[in-house]
Amino acid sequence: MLILSRRLNECIMIGDDIEISVVDIKGDQIKIGIQAPRSIKIYRKEVYRAIQEENIAAARAEPAALPSLDSLLKKKKK
Amino acid sequence: MKVETKAFGPIEVDERQKIHFPSGILGFEDLKDYALMDAPQAPFYWLQSLEMPEIAFVLIDPQVFRPDYRLEVDPAEMEEIGLDDGSAERGEILVFAIITIPEEASQMTANLQGPIIINKDEKIGRQAISTNPRWQVRHGVLKELSTVG
Repeated sequence: MLILSRRLNECIMIGDDIEISVVDIKGDQIKIGIQAPRSIKIYRKEVYRAIQEENIAAARAEPAALPSLDSLLKKKKK
Repeated sequence: MKVETKAFGPIEVDERQKIHFPSGILGFEDLKDYALMDAPQAPFYWLQSLEMPEIAFVLIDPQVFRPDYRLEVDPAEMEEIGLDDGSAERGEILVFAIITIPEEASQMTANLQGPIIINKDEKIGRQAISTNPRWQVRHGVLKELSTVG
């Protein structure tokens, strides 16, 4: 991994059209500004990971475990 | 087309049920082709991998249990499957949430943070990521059905 030191308001360019800047530093929190073309999708990694993990859990679904919503609602009302 | 499925064993699937996922689904990036099928248990659907019979997802239309649900994703996600902001209004898009079923089925949850979006005409899909933090990975389907409905 490439590691660069940056101060407040300094930038990093990735390729010709992605610019990452340090906008604010407060304690252990750093605000990062990202300028990129619309086609580049940017996510917080923990969100990405959470969805991946949930998909893996969901894919284990056994067909026999799937009830109809109606039957679940009826059970609940009882 | 004969397909080996997790829910129904080997069955005949219509070409029109085939959906291509160019980027796969998160965690299953290598699997690109699926078939969308009605589950016998309403109102659920199966998204069956055509490449790995043991991989299949249960889907639900989020509106069924959250009528207030709105698709909020980056425009680039829509463009990736040939759609735009107006596609929902024009009825060109299908939106689903993946269901996770724990041991106690009544505790099933729906993933609204990573909705499955499908271009109806082109049969191309992807898993988008919600830009609104209100939509989470685990929404209790029954719990929220009774709260909202």
